[in-house]
Amino acid sequence: MTTLAPAKAVPTAGPPRTEPPRSRGRARRTLIAWAFCAPFIVLFGTFGVEPVFSSLSMSVTDITARDIRTPFSVDFVGLAHYTALFQDPTFLRAAVNTLYFVVVGIPLTMIIALTIAVALNSGIRRAKGLFRVGYFAPVVTSVVAVAVVWRYLYEPDGMINSVLAVAGIHGPDWLNDPNWAMPALILMAVWRHFGIPMVIFLAGLQSIPADLLEAARVDGATRWQAFRSITLPLLRPTTLVVAVLLSIGYLQFFEEPFVMTSGGPLGSTTSISYYAYEQFGFGNYGMASAASYVLVAAIALLSLLQFRIFRAKA
Amino acid sequence: MRPARVLLYGALALGLLATLAPFAWMLLGSVKPTGEIVANPSVWLPRSPTIGNFEQLLSKQNFALYFVNSTVVAVTCVLGNLLFSSMAGYAFAKLEFAGKKLLFGLVLTMLIIPGVTTFVPLFVLVSNMGLSNSYLGLILPFLVAPLGVFLMRQFIRDIPDSLLEAARLDGAGDARIFLRVIVPLCRPPLATLAILTFLGQWNNFLWPLVIAQTEDHYTLPVALALFSVGANGTNYGLLLAGAVTVVTPIVLLFLALQRQFIQGIANTGLK
Repeated sequence: MTTLAPAKAVPTAGPPRTEPPRSRGRARRTLIAWAFCAPFIVLFGTFGVEPVFSSLSMSVTDITARDIRTPFSVDFVGLAHYTALFQDPTFLRAAVNTLYFVVVGIPLTMIIALTIAVALNSGIRRAKGLFRVGYFAPVVTSVVAVAVVWRYLYEPDGMINSVLAVAGIHGPDWLNDPNWAMPALILMAVWRHFGIPMVIFLAGLQSIPADLLEAARVDGATRWQAFRSITLPLLRPTTLVVAVLLSIGYLQFFEEPFVMTSGGPLGSTTSISYYAYEQFGFGNYGMASAASYVLVAAIALLSLLQFRIFRAKA
Repeated sequence: MRPARVLLYGALALGLLATLAPFAWMLLGSVKPTGEIVANPSVWLPRSPTIGNFEQLLSKQNFALYFVNSTVVAVTCVLGNLLFSSMAGYAFAKLEFAGKKLLFGLVLTMLIIPGVTTFVPLFVLVSNMGLSNSYLGLILPFLVAPLGVFLMRQFIRDIPDSLLEAARLDGAGDARIFLRVIVPLCRPPLATLAILTFLGQWNNFLWPLVIAQTEDHYTLPVALALFSVGANGTNYGLLLAGAVTVVTPIVLLFLALQRQFIQGIANTGLK
């Protein structure tokens, strides 16, 4: 019944109807659009974009806490902060610690998330919702609140060591042992975050057609073979998303050392973010900004690398 | 049930138990006297349960006020994000204007900038504006976020143009179209955005920690963080009760809106 309507509508469908008001109409439209964006632009510009540029410029000046009210008295120091950073053993230690956290934490989080997602997707009906909600719960909790409990769990005679003792293992003084503090924080971070990749993997798994896996099983493939040669390859885009998200998040490793160890013991859990925050606390705003830009570079680089690798494999 | 299935359920249940154990410890500990919490060997169930810890939080500590502060900050940020992001999202999705590409590119870039990068200049800026130790100082930097605009723009883009054209032919202007056509259709992304913003603000602690300098502006996480490093640091019962106070509201909200929570965070990958 409407076969004619679209044809009729064509002449009026294009945005400019007549020639003369065209530019005036466009100016008007731009004005209206900017009005819609105005509150966002003002707030985003002031509290989002401007600080990014000003921290970049701070990173090449000798600004300290004393210069807050007299921004014109600061001097340009070029890349001095950046060279100083890479000669500072504390920063190098922080970079190594961050790498440690990322290299161990990301695969661990992904494996746990994928394992639970696969288990939840393997055809169970009963209590599936309960499991999903329960496993996801740590994601919504405040790190400050959770730290109260985890500090206690990691006490030399706390719950974790009690469990280990049952298996005959004498557990370490987790948070006060330079070798064990980082693994302890990694475990806590994995606990807090695996729910996010879990639900992303679940969504990815649900989009894989079940008959594809069934066909493979009919052809005599084992569950593991079907998983490796069908599920995993089809899950590659999802895995990329998860890997990029986790890299961006984990490279900023900060909250766990802040609330659990204050970067200690002996600097063993000081991350780049934590180092930057410490420099801010000392009033060395220039150094703090430079350290944070090293982090920006690392995040950009790692994300780019992952896109390359996955595209090459795909 | 087949044995394999039993095994699967067993493993899932065991994992769930381990995941939820810290919560159980927190809840049970909050109603124990401190003596019982530090007892060795540790006991799970309280022998003489008490609400003394919570009473002390309310009477000796100002937790009722911190609770109000947290709520005010989180709710204001939610309202700001909903309104301003949907307005800007509409412009980015449906209007043509000079500077649009550049602006949106900026929004996308800001999505991956780590918080620590803007932290120092933001602190300098807010201090210079005279807003440290004020509600405005707590709220203004989080009233909009690039993620919100991105979310809204993606959703509004999929609303058919024909709907807008029909309203335009009826003589509706952009403001009317936005309020009468766009907003009513945007419930799903608005719900996602509200949840993400509330969650982020309720749990936010680093910014309020440096901005709120006197007790009357503390939010719950700030109070708990300062409390646990202070003289009360060994008063485990009180600390656990404080932790329960911080976690319970958000967990209840999560249980009530679990589908939206999980979908929202799965879709954006952020919290």
